[in-house]
Amino acid sequence: MTQRYVMSIDQGTTSTRCILFDQRGRLVSVTQREHKQHFPRPGWVEHDAVEIWRNLERIGPEALAQAGVGPGEVAAVGIANQRETTVLWDRRTGVPVAPAVVWQDTRTDTMVDELSRRPDAHVVRERCGLPLATYFSAPTVRWLLDDIPGLRERAERGDVLFGTMESWLIWNLTGGPDGGVHVTDVTNASRTLLMNLRDLDWDPVLLGFFGIPRAMLPEIRPSSETYGTARRVLPGVRISAALGDQQAALFGQTCFHRGEAKCTYGTGAFLLLNTGTEPVASTHGLLTTVGYQIGDQPAVYALEGSIAITGALVQWFRDRLGIISTAPEIETLARTVDDNGGCYIVPAFSGLFAPHWRSEARGVIVGLTSYITKGHLARAVLEATGWQTREVVDAMNADAGIALTMLKVDGGMTADNLLMQFIADVLDVPVVRPMVAETVSLGAAYAAGLAVGYWPDLEGLRRNWHRAAQWTPAMDPGRREEEYGNWRRAVERAFDWIKPTPG
Amino acid sequence: MPGPVQSIERAAAILRLLAQGSGRLGLTEIANSLGLARGTAHGILRTLQLVGFVEQDEATGKYQLGAALLHLGTSYLDVNELRSRAINWADALAARSGEAVRIGTHLQGKVLVVHHVFRPDDSLQTLDVGMLMPMHATAIGKVLLAYDANAAAALHDASHDGELEQFTRRTVRTHREMSRMLATVREHGWASDVDEAGMGEAGVAAPIRGYGGLVVGAMGISGATERICDSGGRPRPDLVGYVRDAARAVSRDLGASRW
Ligand SMILES: Nc1ncnc2c1ncn2[C@@H]1O[C@H](COP(=O)(O)OP(=O)(O)OP(=O)(O)O)[C@@H](O)[C@H]1O
Ligand SMILES: [Mg+2]
Repeated sequence: MTQRYVMSIDQGTTSTRCILFDQRGRLVSVTQREHKQHFPRPGWVEHDAVEIWRNLERIGPEALAQAGVGPGEVAAVGIANQRETTVLWDRRTGVPVAPAVVWQDTRTDTMVDELSRRPDAHVVRERCGLPLATYFSAPTVRWLLDDIPGLRERAERGDVLFGTMESWLIWNLTGGPDGGVHVTDVTNASRTLLMNLRDLDWDPVLLGFFGIPRAMLPEIRPSSETYGTARRVLPGVRISAALGDQQAALFGQTCFHRGEAKCTYGTGAFLLLNTGTEPVASTHGLLTTVGYQIGDQPAVYALEGSIAITGALVQWFRDRLGIISTAPEIETLARTVDDNGGCYIVPAFSGLFAPHWRSEARGVIVGLTSYITKGHLARAVLEATGWQTREVVDAMNADAGIALTMLKVDGGMTADNLLMQFIADVLDVPVVRPMVAETVSLGAAYAAGLAVGYWPDLEGLRRNWHRAAQWTPAMDPGRREEEYGNWRRAVERAFDWIKPTPG
Repeated sequence: MPGPVQSIERAAAILRLLAQGSGRLGLTEIANSLGLARGTAHGILRTLQLVGFVEQDEATGKYQLGAALLHLGTSYLDVNELRSRAINWADALAARSGEAVRIGTHLQGKVLVVHHVFRPDDSLQTLDVGMLMPMHATAIGKVLLAYDANAAAALHDASHDGELEQFTRRTVRTHREMSRMLATVREHGWASDVDEAGMGEAGVAAPIRGYGGLVVGAMGISGATERICDSGGRPRPDLVGYVRDAARAVSRDLGASRW
């Protein structure tokens, strides 16, 4: 039978999506299912890894049914996933030993504080390119090993396995306790704090620093390569790619050349710049990370500006304040007024990520007067995403030494015209959306299709990229500078809120 | 003339019940109050929940009136939400057809463009979102006129002496001509415009439906007549198929089950 499609699985923070793409990179079917967010204590965020697996068991076959095709017509499947979220499970039973700890979870903040005071703490950034932060997986794994009695022994024997979501799903797809393949890819491994950025292998010094047994870790593989064949859900389909969702979006935007960048707007926003085959260290608060690795070719690195809260602020407005009932209504509400009325929201809900990296910051709303309506607040919600983008773009320009002349965007928030126009206005460069807004999924599909020869090469994929929309800057320069100044003053007011723990 | 539909009567009774008192009732309370079997009451509640008229509290399982009921008087689907829900399929339609895609809703006798995807040839194009288009000369407008009684009434009010604005010699001129054309649109389930809004320009559009089949907008492609139409001057069947499939896919995601 001819294999006409490639499937992607986008295992995100709020939902899991399955999409079938055809040879021209066009979407043929899409299914999606949300999973529950658990907040058992302040600062804790958990997912049920079994629920996520069940969701995939359901939406995978649904995506095939929607297009009326069988697994035999699928050339390969690629996985993109929420990064850093940590699952530990029993190799024999396949049962997680604890709820999955999500990247937003800050339970390890005290531990991270202690670790960063150790004299050898500098090895972390030197070897893996990332700052020590609760955001990444290693502190979480250490926390679980300390917290659950007997777990360390089981992990040392290799009876308990560690994985981020792609490892968990691949292991289950390939048979679970019955011969499941335990692998991760270079992009996901680069977010653990445990991988050496140059060797692309687990670093013994880092394993020692965090006290994590190697026996529990998956094998690190390229992002585009066949890891195994699915025995469940999509029987017989080759699993041929895995990438962190942000790296998958870089790939889906076909940013294959040094100097090409994209920004994905979802729960958070992540600007990634392809820096070629050499890792580049940032001096302006950006992360060094792996962009992708195709088969046995050299890995391609990226500089990343991570913004923790963008779409999540819209969700907060909807779910916690109840001012709107769907996310897109934020635009409707914002359009009821002409400007922010002098009001600014800095969403430092779990501190501020790039370029500040201030974990003690907390959110503020400033400029409140009796004049302010919910319309002004809605504007301030959207503008917060614009100004945070401006900050990471400024950092990127400073690190790269050349200025971005255009911003390629994707993700759910790109449906918001007011926001996209505002981003063009504050960056003073055109903002361009490609024809597939689900670029994360497209990137995973591309990487999988490349691995099995469904697509011959990267240049062919570039030809699939088309501009679907473009927003052109139109803001008065004087106003831009004044507003940016106000934003920066607002950010300063978010700093130093959480008091340092004494001792 | 058939008699009253029992399940609709019962649904109305459930809504009245929920509108009274504390407004939060469990399944058993509702079934008992109306003398219905639990299964019957549950079935009706599920449907009411689906259309947004009833909501169920996750923690207690109790039912209350839904937000959609409170907003019955205002627009059924926020246009920004329509765009969010349609964006994937609009992209796929542009990629498949090779033409620009627009989604429109009715606004005071005109088509309001709520979404626009560029023609995928990377040529210079500007975003049309927020612009108004004439209803009687565009495929999207004709779909809205065919399925939205308010749109048709608004057009009627806007045009004096029954004369419709002429853009080319092929623009529909009279309301009588228009009614005939709209009957055809309803019969086929899609509309087209060929050299009617401007010479050399053509378009094809189909309805986007929400719960219960209510038309909430129209989605279509437009481009040069020689690309959109075959040698006989009729829209190419493959393009019509892509447009209808895409509009159906959005409708399915919006909860329209039968279309
Ligand atoms: N029209 C809109 N305007 C503003 N924000 C929006 C709009 N539509 C969606 N959003 C926001 O975008 C986010 C959803 O986008 P997307 O599906 O790309 O998120 P995501 O980050 O990929 O989800 P996940 O975390 O599951 O991967 C939500 O946070 C939502 O609040
Ligand atoms: Mg995502």
